[in-house]
This record gives sequence, structure tokens and C-alpha cells, in this order.
Amino acid sequence: MTPFTYLRADTVNDAVRLGAGETAAFLGGGTNIVDLMRETVARHETLVDVTRLSAAVTETAEGGLLIGAAATNTAVAEHHGVRTRYPMLSRAILAGASAQIRNMATVGGNLLQRTRCTYFYDTDGSHCNKRAPGTGCDAREGFNRIHAILGASDACVATHPSDMCVALTALDAVVHVEGRDGARTLPFGELHRLPGDRPDLDTVLAAGDLITAIELPPLGVAARSTYRKVRDRASYAFALISVAAAIEMDGDRIADVRIAFGGVAHKPWRATKAEPALRGELASEAVFRAAAAAEFADARPLRDNAFKPELATRTLAAVLAELAKGDVA
Amino acid sequence: MSFVVNGNAVPGPADPRVSLLDHLRETLHLTGTKKGCNQGACGACTVLVDGERILSCLALAVQYDGREITTIEGLAETAALHPLQAAFIEHDGFQCGYCTPGQICSAIGMAAEARRGVPSHVSADLAADVILTRDEIQERMSGNLCRCGAHNGIIDAIQATMAPAPTAETSAELAA
Repeated sequence: MTPFTYLRADTVNDAVRLGAGETAAFLGGGTNIVDLMRETVARHETLVDVTRLSAAVTETAEGGLLIGAAATNTAVAEHHGVRTRYPMLSRAILAGASAQIRNMATVGGNLLQRTRCTYFYDTDGSHCNKRAPGTGCDAREGFNRIHAILGASDACVATHPSDMCVALTALDAVVHVEGRDGARTLPFGELHRLPGDRPDLDTVLAAGDLITAIELPPLGVAARSTYRKVRDRASYAFALISVAAAIEMDGDRIADVRIAFGGVAHKPWRATKAEPALRGELASEAVFRAAAAAEFADARPLRDNAFKPELATRTLAAVLAELAKGDVA
Repeated sequence: MSFVVNGNAVPGPADPRVSLLDHLRETLHLTGTKKGCNQGACGACTVLVDGERILSCLALAVQYDGREITTIEGLAETAALHPLQAAFIEHDGFQCGYCTPGQICSAIGMAAEARRGVPSHVSADLAADVILTRDEIQERMSGNLCRCGAHNGIIDAIQATMAPAPTAETSAELAA
């Protein structure tokens, strides 16, 4: 680990002031950044500890929830309002990492963990455009079972590892950001980037921008929602495919639906093609599969992950069938 | 800065790069907490901070100013074993013993989470009280690996100690 200066922020203004500059980074629970710095993938000169800023989960005037960015993953997953009104978010968080990591990791840190793959970590042996721009991507022709099938580029085929973010994308969450020019908000789906020719940039945030909170809008459809994660072992592994889905039925007809996929792209993937293919339709296996087919029509699988479009299709169909029957608590 | 380890005030690290794990082992000479993977994958370094289980290898010690840390050395107040330590012996919950301090600290944190109703990935109902079935323990302990493969004995020991309806005395003992 290269030497750094540790600073603790007691207010949002302090954090934004201390965190300005290209060589500074904000520190949450540290579960990703400490590892990246130890492996010298990251070499920040200043870490600004923001874990003492707001961790509160509060009701908004609109009837949603405002989650302070310093809230731990566990605190969000166990919050009564999240469990009952946004169950897919609890389920997504509980499907991620291990309990020890969920106790440390913050919401802000989860959003800003690096989009990554094993080649990104391999500082000694691998080319990686995300770690060292312009050096090439060894994953594209390498072992790429966990990699992206949608929205990738020649430069990068890594996937975003967060489960929480898949649910937040489906829930139309809003990101509250404080920067040098003051406060602003952005839709969750606009926070993370596709790699293009700048895979070194995971988000649209500028240096010094601090995520202060995530806002969940009131969303009736979310009460009947869940998260399904398919992985190589039963627990504590990244997703091969994951699905966050919410449904509202009108008899046998799908009145409303929200869907996002994990494990398919450089960012959590909102299913903007599958959702309109489902609204107003009679719930059936054929309709679910057709919606998935619309979403994955542009999929470009790699050598080792040609199974992903079909796995994603089957996972979506299974989740929607359960939700349509009302089987999911 | 300073924090409290097993009830004693101790100094913080001289360098912010020092992990809580290295600080415990190298500076405070509390070598019960083990370094397995040093990258958050194995759980051998699990300790309790204000009663919550965390991975000390991914924790920068400097972040834990003012917090109360409990390691395997601090679980039992006297030479006697913590009930869960005794259960690990009774149920063959280890072979080489390297992962055991992390397993035991993790299980104590896990039981506290279950008591306050934190659901898990395998909980059928997110809002129901937690019953520590074998499946629940297995999922909740998935962050602690055992290369010897003593997982069945580990789960037996945890279930025998944590899952029976606790009396007032055993609750106090387990929370220690």
C-alpha cells in the first residue's frame, strides 16, 4: 500500500472540501478500497473518512425513504420500511458479500465500489484498460465466464458487482450528490457508465463529488418484489446473473412491472425493453420469455459466457412466475 | 487516538495503512485473531466491534477510534471457556483450528443479528422472527471458510449453543 493521509470528515462541507482533488478518495467501510490500495490497483494520497456522516433512514414527505450514504448494508437490509415496502432491496443486499462485510460496507461505498474483474486486480500479470488505460484487455480473449454480454466495448468487458445497485436501479432511486458547486440529484440509472473508450471511469461523478444519500420514491409496485441471484456457489459469490423484479397484477394481467439485471453489464442494467413488452400482457411463460428475448436481442456473449442470455431468460421467467402468483413474501 | 480492546484502552496505529488485524496481532500481540486470505474472502480475521462482527483485515485501524473491540481472547472473563468454545470441542468443530477464532467471533455476532431480527438470504419471510435452523446458520456463517471441512461440526456447535430457546442466564452469558 502506498502512503496516504487519513482525514475524518464531521460534516458534508468538510468532506467536500477535504475530498477535492484527483488524488483524494472518500472512505466508507473500506471493504473495496482498502483491498484495492493494498494490491496497489488504487494509489490515493488522501482518504477522507465519511462514515460519521448521515447514516439515518428517514421517511420523505412524498412517502418514500431517504437513506444516508453512511448507513451500512445491514442497516438498510434490516430496516422495517425497506423489508415491507421495498423487499427486493433487502433481498438484494442479503444476497451480496458476507454478513461481516455487510456490517462494514456503507451504501455510498457500495455504489462506488469499482466495476471490476480478476484481470483488473492482477497488477503483475495482466493487461487492463480500466487499471492502466491503453494497455489492452486480457479478459476479452481470456477467462470471461463472469463478464458482460450487454453494453461492453473493445476496451472493457467487466461487470458491476453490486447486488444492491441492481435493486436501486429497478426502484427508480435518486442519488443525492454534494459537490463543489453545491447539491444536486441524479436518477440512479445515470450514475454508472458503460465503458466505451474510458473504462477507467465507472460513474459520471467528478473528483470531489460526495454521495450523501439515496432516495427511494414511493413505489406501490415494489411491495410485491424480489431479487434472485444465480452464482457458482450457494452463498458469498458474485452473480453470474441476477434479477430484481417487481410486479403489480390486475387479475391475470400485468398492470405494472420493474426489472433490472445484474451480472450482464458494466453497470446495473435496467430492462427498458423487457418492461414495455410485459405491461398490459397476460402473465405467461411465453410472455416472460419474449420480454427477455427483447432485452437480450443485442447480447454479445464472449467465449465462456454464451450461457448468460438463456440463464437470464430462465431466471426472469421463474421470478416473474412466482411474483405473478403472489408466492414471494 | 485510542480504542478499547477486550476492556483495555490501547493506543491506535502509528501509520494509517495498518489494518485492525495487523494492529491486533503485531502491535498488541493478540495473536488469537488469524490472518487467512487478508482480502476479505475467508473470515479468519473476524472480530466484534461494539458487538458487530467485521473483518479486521479490511478494516483500517485508524477508523476504529473510540470503538470497543472484542477478540477471541476477550470472550471468556476467566480461564473458563465461553460456552461456544466448549461446544466447538464437544462437536468437533475444528481440525487444525486456524479458522476457529473467526468462526466463534462470527457466530456470536450472528446470534445477536438473529436476536434482533435481521433476515438472511434464505429467510422465507423477511418480516418474521428468526429461527436459527441449520439452513439459516449455514447461510449466515458463509463468510467463514474452513479448509479442513469441519463445517458440519461447526454448525452443530453453533446450533447447540445458539439455537435452543435461551434462558435469562444463557442470554447474558452468550452476549458477553
